Amino acid sequence: MSNQSATITEAPKTAQLPRTSIVTLTVNGEQRSLRIAPWTTLLDALREYLDLTGTKKGCDHGQCGACTVLVDGKRINACLALAVMVDDREITTIEGLTKEGSATPDGLHPMQAAFIEHDAFQCGYCTPGQICSAVGLLKEGHAHSREDIQELMSGNICRCGAYPNIVDAIEDVKNHQPDRA
Amino acid sequence: MTTNYIGKPTNRVDGYAKVTGGAKYAGEHNVPGLTYGVVVSSDIARGRISRIDASEALKLNGVLEVFTHENRPSLPWFDRNYQDQDQPPGSPFRPLYDNEIQFSQQPIALVVAETFELARYAASLVKVQYVREPHGTDLRAIQGQAYAPSKGKPSWKKPRPRGNAAQGMEQSIFKIEGRYDHAAEHHNPLEMHASTVVYEPSGKLTVYDKTQGVPNSQKYISRIFGLSKAQATVHAPFIGGAFGSGLRPQYQLFLAVMAALQLKRSVRVTLTRQQMFSFGHRPATIQRFELGADAEGKLQAVVHEAIQETSQFEDYTENVVNWSGTVYQCDNVEPTYKLVKLDTYTPLDMRAPGGATAMAAYEVAIDELAYAAGIDPLEFRLINYTERDPMQDLPYSSKELRACYRQAAERFGWSNRRPEPRSMRDGNELIGWGMATGIWEAEQKPAMAKAVLTADGKLTVSSATEDIGTGTYTIMTQIAAETLGLPLENVTFELGDSSMPEAPLQGGSWTAATVGSAVKSACLEVQKRLFEYAGSMPDSPLAKADADGVVFADGRIHLKHYPTIGVTIQDVLRHSGVDRIEEEVTTLPDMLRQKKYARFTHSAVFVEVKVDEDLGTVHVTRVVTAVAGGRILNPKTARSQVLGGVVWGIGMALEEESVLDHQFGRFINHDLAEYHVAVNLDVPPIDVIFVEENDTVVNPLGVKGLGEIGVVGTPAAIANAVFHATGKRLRDLPITLDKVM
Ligand code: FES
Ligand code: FES
Repeated sequence: MSNQSATITEAPKTAQLPRTSIVTLTVNGEQRSLRIAPWTTLLDALREYLDLTGTKKGCDHGQCGACTVLVDGKRINACLALAVMVDDREITTIEGLTKEGSATPDGLHPMQAAFIEHDAFQCGYCTPGQICSAVGLLKEGHAHSREDIQELMSGNICRCGAYPNIVDAIEDVKNHQPDRA
Repeated sequence: MTTNYIGKPTNRVDGYAKVTGGAKYAGEHNVPGLTYGVVVSSDIARGRISRIDASEALKLNGVLEVFTHENRPSLPWFDRNYQDQDQPPGSPFRPLYDNEIQFSQQPIALVVAETFELARYAASLVKVQYVREPHGTDLRAIQGQAYAPSKGKPSWKKPRPRGNAAQGMEQSIFKIEGRYDHAAEHHNPLEMHASTVVYEPSGKLTVYDKTQGVPNSQKYISRIFGLSKAQATVHAPFIGGAFGSGLRPQYQLFLAVMAALQLKRSVRVTLTRQQMFSFGHRPATIQRFELGADAEGKLQAVVHEAIQETSQFEDYTENVVNWSGTVYQCDNVEPTYKLVKLDTYTPLDMRAPGGATAMAAYEVAIDELAYAAGIDPLEFRLINYTERDPMQDLPYSSKELRACYRQAAERFGWSNRRPEPRSMRDGNELIGWGMATGIWEAEQKPAMAKAVLTADGKLTVSSATEDIGTGTYTIMTQIAAETLGLPLENVTFELGDSSMPEAPLQGGSWTAATVGSAVKSACLEVQKRLFEYAGSMPDSPLAKADADGVVFADGRIHLKHYPTIGVTIQDVLRHSGVDRIEEEVTTLPDMLRQKKYARFTHSAVFVEVKVDEDLGTVHVTRVVTAVAGGRILNPKTARSQVLGGVVWGIGMALEEESVLDHQFGRFINHDLAEYHVAVNLDVPPIDVIFVEENDTVVNPLGVKGLGEIGVVGTPAAIANAVFHATGKRLRDLPITLDKVM
């Protein structure tokens, strides 16, 4: 129990707000310009300014992986990057994977198709992040066993608990990908 | 037949939308001119706001308004206006009603601005002065204040004693006694709660809400803001998990609607992950058991006490102590259920509410009694098996629990288990094998559905239910397609729109049974119409057939015994001269029949853990679970439901704990780094067996529901495995390494 007392929450002094500026991002092969405050995260830029809501926000703190996108082919948490930091890079989101990917009849990336086939999701909210993360993971080339995959996918939380199916889907794609030297 | 879909593993029909990012969740409906609301939360757990000053925030260009209790619009404030379909008795929380603080992180202001970045910054400028009052948040410290609630939620059953437990204990040869605690847990669906309110030029509101029932949210805002069904519709086509958190309208809905109406603008309010710890949760619970058995291991007495937390303003109740009198045969049962009021938000149903709590403790106590009696834990459960529900004194509508035990034990290799604790190891790791029973209700509720068949042969079925990841879209499509014999591609199931025929909240594992029955019945009505039209076609081969003599399959209606004689549904529609057949139905459970039976889903869970002898870390390395859940509509999505439940069981047993810092009266680990849920590497291969179970009582489809059963037995099976590995009986969840050491 706490004592009876008056507390004042001191708010910081009003800062002069930095001006918004035009930033050009290359997303899924397209150049898109947007006017944003400099502290806008890549995640909010995608979701709120470019209407690319496939990339999800699950925590905004780098703790869940829902916001995983590929920047120059490497997986990152879009909530931990500012949009202005990546204006000279190639950003790939879940919406862009279909274009990048190969030949399923409906144009899905093999990882997307494998996720459907293995029922590797339930609510689907972690799914774009899982898929981007999995694509990044296979590119990294460090996953040699099922346990490796599990370890290297542990930054992507699935609250629905689809993990065993997620690993099945990734293994499936891994086993079918052409050997890279 | 190619259009037989029920029981076939079928990929999710909403899978494409989900893997491509096309599925839009509540906080993702972007419209021109959208504004953003950020919630300011209370720093204190109890007291009053003496001053709230938003002037600095309002100075910023682009900040539209800061709503507080001082300037909120005047609204009806009667409790009945704030009612919802999952409400416990008491006085529901009314956001921004006055200056009183009832729990830490209570929403005290909403800052609305043109951009999210601006609203978030402006929220940090709101100055608040409080008068603190002493708060009580420590359940263990104040459990002496516990009281027996006189009424509870509609689903709550007052515990009923039977026989004489004291005498039963006296007669017992083997006895155990113990206290079992588990911490509060938060649902933490991966999608944070959000509402987007689109303000149409006409003044109509289109609301996208994270909810497990659009009718519930729609009625809630109607009652508070005086909006008719046409003035505000609520939509939830996709929900990023909920697990119970969407059973009551949460405060972001109220705030977003209020702001939209006041500003005549579209508004989105998304909570932060921290704020996801500011409303309902699974209540922390203290349980005590005294169990006794005779020389053969037959249960002679069950004494079960539970003390749970609730808020100051509502009496949240769960069926906890009822389960120990239900699972096994025992004549002497003494259940006691009490509540303690804390200065926190009211707890809220979380996956298998009450059942997960009770069985996580009871099945450990049963394991202890089995050890005390020197009987194998599985054998002990078979000795006490019951063919009749001892609580209601009714036969079961079906109960294949014996088959669950047998099949799971065999797959797991239980017969190779060495009974003594610490008797199995792998190098530095102690191996433990444990098992437990799971049980959950198999319910059906009233529901409505509409089926529309158009001249192009496409069928659209709708009901205002939800798919929180459960597979509703897919199984309803399967049921509808099979009933009318149409290819899956020609059938669309729609949900999550308050203007659709009403369905109950998605919860309680009843959606497959409830909405499935309504969908089937709507399609049967369409069948009847089609059959009539078919019979009146010129030279109809079915003119003399009766309804029982035909089959709807492969896009045709044909004679049961002469499949080649028939007509295509397309032809029937063409000749009928109508451009659509539309049927809406209301399906009610057959109460007269159902009430003569006890209706439950059962499971058996077998778990292997490995415990590092030096570090005390526990890893679950293998799980086999067998489920008797009636008819399985789609083995693929059904398995996922159970997998998810088991993963939740792992979290509950080993990781999940919302820690209250009593100095501040606040859940202090309120983010996903500090509140641990199971991650990929925590989850071993999980073997799910569905045992065959035919049930003609539960509902016309014979399904029992699978959303909750997976979590019920798992925590106890893990705790029992940890005992077998280490010899240490741990009765407090979660079992973290400090407790193991
Ligand atoms: S939203 Fe970026 S890691 Fe959670
Ligand atoms: S599918 Fe729901 S969080 Fe992963």
